[in-house]
Amino acid sequence: MSVRSGAGVRSVARIVARADGRGGTSLPVLESDGPLALRRTRATGSETRVMLVGAMSGPLGGDHFTVEARVEEGACLSVGSAAATIALPGQAKGDARYDVRLEVADGAELHWLPEQLISAQGSDLHVATRVELAATARLVLREEQILGRVGEEPGRLTSRLSVRVAGQAVLDQELACGPGAPGGWDGPAVLAGRRAVGQLIVVRPEFAAAPVTAGVLGEGASVVPLAGPAALVTAVAPDALGLRRLLDEALASLPRT
Amino acid sequence: MSRAALLVLADGRFPAGGHAHSGGAEAAVKAGRISGAASLEEFCRGRLHTAGLTAAGLSAAAALGIDPVALDRAADARTPSPALRVAARKLGRQLLRAARATWPSAELDALGREFPKGAHQPVVLGLAARAAGLGPVDAAYCVAYESVSGPASATVRLLSLDPFDATRALARLAPELDRVADRAVEAARQVVDEGVDALPAGSAPLLEIGAEAHAGWPVRLFAS
Amino acid sequence: MHLDHTNHGPTALSADAHRPDGTRRALRIGLGGPVGSGKTATVAALCRALRDELALAVVTNDIYTREDAEFLLREAVLPPERITAVETGACPHTAIRDDISANLEAVEDLEDAAGPLDLVLVESGGDNLTATFSKGLVDAQIFVIDVAGGDDIPRKGGPGVTTADLLVVNKTDLAPYVGSDLARMAADAKAQRAELPVVFQSLRSEAGVADVAAWVRAQLAAWTA
Repeated sequence: MSVRSGAGVRSVARIVARADGRGGTSLPVLESDGPLALRRTRATGSETRVMLVGAMSGPLGGDHFTVEARVEEGACLSVGSAAATIALPGQAKGDARYDVRLEVADGAELHWLPEQLISAQGSDLHVATRVELAATARLVLREEQILGRVGEEPGRLTSRLSVRVAGQAVLDQELACGPGAPGGWDGPAVLAGRRAVGQLIVVRPEFAAAPVTAGVLGEGASVVPLAGPAALVTAVAPDALGLRRLLDEALASLPRT
Repeated sequence: MSRAALLVLADGRFPAGGHAHSGGAEAAVKAGRISGAASLEEFCRGRLHTAGLTAAGLSAAAALGIDPVALDRAADARTPSPALRVAARKLGRQLLRAARATWPSAELDALGREFPKGAHQPVVLGLAARAAGLGPVDAAYCVAYESVSGPASATVRLLSLDPFDATRALARLAPELDRVADRAVEAARQVVDEGVDALPAGSAPLLEIGAEAHAGWPVRLFAS
Repeated sequence: MHLDHTNHGPTALSADAHRPDGTRRALRIGLGGPVGSGKTATVAALCRALRDELALAVVTNDIYTREDAEFLLREAVLPPERITAVETGACPHTAIRDDISANLEAVEDLEDAAGPLDLVLVESGGDNLTATFSKGLVDAQIFVIDVAGGDDIPRKGGPGVTTADLLVVNKTDLAPYVGSDLARMAADAKAQRAELPVVFQSLRSEAGVADVAAWVRAQLAAWTA
């Protein structure tokens, strides 16, 4: 359960998705915690949906949120969020942390499609997303970062995304931006003034034998095969709307399964 | 060891193929993001703290004797763009040839047998530094400096930029080069206990996207 | 011309005369010279003249990456897998002389992919009169100039004109139209080059590239002897 201490709030929310043996997916564990509230929503076919609600309120400086999801063999889970998450400065000193730990077993599938993370002025947030997939697991994961609310300077945001398939890292990347980040983050090599940046990673066992073809969507996005059974879309845009449009377009361009 | 070996390894004229690569500058120039000395400096600064730091960490770890196969995989995971993975391996193979001729070593020969099509260039550079009697700090400095000197000399050719302006931009980055080399070496030492996940993984979205755009051009001056 | 350094590593380092499996590698001949002197046309003509008797391949070093390679592909002088373009970062002379690593990769990859070859022609993009090939890259080099570029080029000399193993004065059919004095060019070349050979050619004439092809055959005979 969540604890408010002088250093901020610690919250851990947990999801376990399990094949129910009737072609659907059950949720033997669905633990909300303080500001991290989880709601089961309507299931479609074999897929069960969970919505993260109320994360709006944080994380603030000093907070440490963790969301863990495990998708067991043959299960199919989709996780979204009701609204964008806003990183805000807090009364407690220090940075905020948001850890996401995802595990997907053989024959299981996870769609991790939260709304945007907005880095508000004065905030300082470290996000670490780690995904462990078994050899035949499937994944669609989207991360979108918006640097500042409209007309506002961004806070400091450091975000690391690492994805392993069968114990082998296929992606390990960190983006640091905002005031106090190492120099050049807003310059011509990194973001060049764009205020929205995102990634979409798709892992499918079929990509090992038939990788996607590398290409670009205009000047703001690329679709590439990773060194492993995965495809990555990297996109930058002036704003959240433009970014979502690019990521949706790129996802639609991937071969259907 | 001779510290002067670092001058040989870091010399822009060391014949390892770097002159044909722009480090993303050609794509950035065409897109209008580099148009003069000031934007070149910001480009180099961004590259230094992202791809440069990541490469310097890999190189320092290789110089410490960490398994190059594990480091090469870590480099793959940190290089989503296939165009950049191809360029890094091509440059790695070319560097290995030059290093083997310059500082013959059983480790370099073994690396060539393990990676006949080339390992990632920073990994090769770390092992070349070892063969030259240099250490992780030297390797990190060499790679961090290359991450900015390549784009700078390419931009001199692409924009007919005043070479004094380009060199001054590099000199202004010197304190940041020191910090990047320090961070890279610190992380590389952590790898000994914690594995390659401890290595920096800094990335630059526009370098990744620009590299894929560049790879698709029918006509270009630089290989990457 | 025979370079007999050997090494026992996984791959050859430089001008090593043998492939890793111990067989003798292909003879490598470089073609350099100023822009527009007819290097690519000479390479194309050599390919047509020699392709039925020799296993050969071409590496181009363009200023703009693939132009010369694409000309050769369009002309279909060789199958596409026998033609490779090396990117030079706007400096072909660096890629053929100061930092030859990309070219060495290219010639070795061609030989690995296409099987044993007799001859690899390495063409430099049009550059200046000082551009020469490294001895670490090629076994012999041809410098191609043309009569329309000015009949004083042989007199001016420069490393290409003076030291190339073969000097080709191209486009002799144009001499009357551009007022070039072939006799004077021959005398100046002789003065600069002493005993080194010079060929005057017009690819439009019946003889075409025959003299250069004969010279290449002689080089190859010496290489395989």
